[in-house]
Amino acid sequence: MQTEKVITAKNLSKKFGHFVAVDHISFEVNKGEIFGFLGANGAGKTTAMRMLCGLSMPSSGEATVAGFDVYKQTEQIKKNIGYMSQRFSLYEDLTIGENIRFYAGIYGLTDKQIREKSDSLLKELNMQEHKKTLVRELPLGWKQKLAFSIAIVHDPAIVFLDEPTGGVDPITRREFWNLIYEASSNGITVFVTTHYMDEAEYCHRVSIMVDGRIDALGAPASLKKDHAAKTMDEVFLQLARKAVRSE
Amino acid sequence: MKQFLIFVKKEWLHIWRDSRTLFILVWMPIVQIVLYGFALTNEVKNSTIAIFDQSKDAATTAISNEISASRYFKLVKNVHSYKEIEATFKQGKIRMAIVFPNNFSNDLLHSNHAQVQLIADASDPNTANTLTNYASSIISDYQQRLNNEQQLPYAINTQLRMLYNPELKGAYNFVPGVMALVLMLVCAMMTSIAIVKEKEMGTMEVILVSPLKPFLIIIAKTIPYLLVSVLNIASILLLSVYVLGVPITGNLWLLIWESILFTVTSLSVGILISNSAKTQQVAMFTSLMSLFLPTLLFSGFLFPVENMPLPLQVISNIVPAKWYYIIVKAVMIKGLGFSYVWKETLVLVGMTLLLLIISIRKFKTRLA
Amino acid sequence: MRTLKILLQKELRQILRDPAIIRILFIIPTIQLLVLPFAADYEIKNIDLGVVDHDHSAYSRKLVDKIVSSGYFRLKDYSASYQQGLDAIKKEKTDILLEIPPQFERSLVKEKEATLFIAANAINGVKAGLGSAYIQGIIHDYNQEVRMQWLQIPRFNSQPVIEVTSSDWYNPNMNYKVFMVPGILVMLVTMIGSTFAASNIVREKEIGTIEQINVSPIQKAQFILGKLIPFWLIALMVLTTGLIIARLVYGIVPVGHYLTIYAFASIYLLAVLGLGLLLSTYAQTQQQSMLVSFFITMIFNLMSGLYTPIESMPEWAKIIARLNPVSYFIEVMRLVMLKGSSLADIKYHIVAILGFAVFFNTWAVLNYRKRSG
Repeated sequence: MQTEKVITAKNLSKKFGHFVAVDHISFEVNKGEIFGFLGANGAGKTTAMRMLCGLSMPSSGEATVAGFDVYKQTEQIKKNIGYMSQRFSLYEDLTIGENIRFYAGIYGLTDKQIREKSDSLLKELNMQEHKKTLVRELPLGWKQKLAFSIAIVHDPAIVFLDEPTGGVDPITRREFWNLIYEASSNGITVFVTTHYMDEAEYCHRVSIMVDGRIDALGAPASLKKDHAAKTMDEVFLQLARKAVRSE
Repeated sequence: MKQFLIFVKKEWLHIWRDSRTLFILVWMPIVQIVLYGFALTNEVKNSTIAIFDQSKDAATTAISNEISASRYFKLVKNVHSYKEIEATFKQGKIRMAIVFPNNFSNDLLHSNHAQVQLIADASDPNTANTLTNYASSIISDYQQRLNNEQQLPYAINTQLRMLYNPELKGAYNFVPGVMALVLMLVCAMMTSIAIVKEKEMGTMEVILVSPLKPFLIIIAKTIPYLLVSVLNIASILLLSVYVLGVPITGNLWLLIWESILFTVTSLSVGILISNSAKTQQVAMFTSLMSLFLPTLLFSGFLFPVENMPLPLQVISNIVPAKWYYIIVKAVMIKGLGFSYVWKETLVLVGMTLLLLIISIRKFKTRLA
Repeated sequence: MRTLKILLQKELRQILRDPAIIRILFIIPTIQLLVLPFAADYEIKNIDLGVVDHDHSAYSRKLVDKIVSSGYFRLKDYSASYQQGLDAIKKEKTDILLEIPPQFERSLVKEKEATLFIAANAINGVKAGLGSAYIQGIIHDYNQEVRMQWLQIPRFNSQPVIEVTSSDWYNPNMNYKVFMVPGILVMLVTMIGSTFAASNIVREKEIGTIEQINVSPIQKAQFILGKLIPFWLIALMVLTTGLIIARLVYGIVPVGHYLTIYAFASIYLLAVLGLGLLLSTYAQTQQQSMLVSFFITMIFNLMSGLYTPIESMPEWAKIIARLNPVSYFIEVMRLVMLKGSSLADIKYHIVAILGFAVFFNTWAVLNYRKRSG
């Protein structure tokens, strides 16, 4: 099958002084794929993701996102990606509607598009009545789902999610993943970091990072087979035990 | 007690690890004391003037020369019309203009009477007054010399003694004031922001569920700032003496203890502010508006309290810096002992206790 | 352009939604403008006088009466000895001490000469200087009166006399408020504008929303402008409130044009806000940015010529004052409001402040990085 590569990384590295946060990682992500980026805390997941988003300058190596170079073409990359950070990223003192309008607006959507988008988005999240509610007043799970929907409000080619489900209950996590699947079926490539191993099972392909390197990469089923494990949890534990550094 | 010490250590680490804040805390007072100590002065000197000399004779030239040679004046322009004087004033270039009419020398020699006009920019009334005084006395000195120093009979002479500050240096007045200002700001603002920061970050809740008493939590938060302040007091005093040339004529230990007392008062103000503020921004603004300006205005070092309307004079009494300023002036510059400042000291002690009691009452162990 | 509009909408909403904002932006400055000018009255009057009269003669009593009735002095203390009189100065009860020696009247009349002693608390040099000048002036007048009693003064001057007349332009009533109100207004506008601007970008850093902005295709200049314009508008509103108060409460009507003030203020605010934003691109926490901006604002205010004249400062401090945008606005405000200066009169001020505005804002845009190193 001929697949389009939307993210490529080759020997991508990031050093902070003597500390090598990301150590020569190479991988490719296909269009429409849900690509899981697994690793213990401090394994270098977030740093790697921030380099791909143009938030952090790589120390060496090559990478392209949506066909653009991460060194020189970050502004073009930014037009084609959505991002949801680990820290909650909506304005608490704005309403749901105002947040949608703001984020859609800075990606250049017209007023008409914004209106349509926010209607469909609110409907999907079942939040129609809450358009004028301040984000501050929402429960965490709602905020996370809203943040995700807003991250893809401009229909990016790729959306980067940095531990999007931290601190939410299993039901909300399930709902969150339904949103991810839907985005994926609409052709959006999803790049997600997580340390929930059950979530890893939901991904098309996962890579497992240990000490800044990618130690395993493949579909969950084949990884389990390679490591003779029943669950992704076991795969992860086998690899993670080799880790030298912890948080 | 052990818990308490752990807590103090944690606060200390907060300050110590945040190198930028520590840098500011230590350097801010030093920079300020040097900067303001030298620069804040209302001594009038080098005031810019213009001269409109319509006679251009020996007498006017002599007077002009004497005026421009004095350290109070700096001649920047010779003008040729009243219109030009006005234009120069409007560009903000001069503070005063001196006008000599036609035939000045002639009038002086033949009719024994000549006129000179001083036009002062009275937008700043004090400077205008002082400049007029200085210029008049230079002119009258000149006249005296013309008259060969003839002493008139029935003369009342005056002998003037300028106490404590014979050279009328600005620093003697401003340094104690700046000390009050700097200590107040560092202590009160830093503590209030530090406490509110914990509220904002959510770590306050964790502390509140600990078995430590609220009173001890407050004390623990302030002790590291007290230590930093003692360091600041030392550096401020050293700078005053060795850099600004304002001597400590009184008892050094008395001065230090009074300063520590004032620091504690300021810390209490900070705690009180932090109780009512929810965000760092609000704490900052409250400190700025309720501390910086009142300290500047009501402590008496910039503006005389006795000129203010009665309500403001009453208000000035609740500004701790006013009392500290009086104490520092008395101990440091006049060299007086405790017997002269016990009342002011008592006021500061009373304020501190009151502030602490209110703070502890208001300190909510349950966040709303 | 559209992105800018969206950014502005968001900023204005956030600012207006904060319940503390109206209080901080309008009520506090209003109160301050109503109170501060009454406090910032530096007119030298009400000098507290102590007298030690060893003579107790008609002459000495008449002299003291004359001094007290001048209006500058308040008789606060009557001591029996110089030591006691000095003690009153130590206790801040009096500012100036006049000692009339024993036999004052006798020596004046018999020996045609007498000496008085004056001691002033010179910690505050200006007060001591003006106070002693006033008291010496009064003694001089008194001296003339005494001479008139004893001497026949000739109708024509036997000796050359230079008569000094003085006029006080621009503020003939010597009203200190006219001088202070424009300056205080500048200070308030500056403090509010710069502190707000300084904490703003850092706040987005702390909350984390800045990341979301950084991964978007927003241009840096747009982002900075989006932050700048709302605060610019707010500061102009504060200025307007202040000018209204100055007019209604203090009766200060600018001799020059309001337009001149606004024209200068709009450039000035760009400079001050640009500085605030610049600081906030450097700081990592709100505490840092607020402290630094506060520190700088304080230096700016105290070294702006608002409280003490810039000419009196040492040369190096004058250079600092010239590098301080606030000093320009205070000067301009006083020039326009009191002397009626026009735009042409303040052209150098305008050029300087324009320079500051371009400098700070360019630096802020350059230093705001969407990507870390």
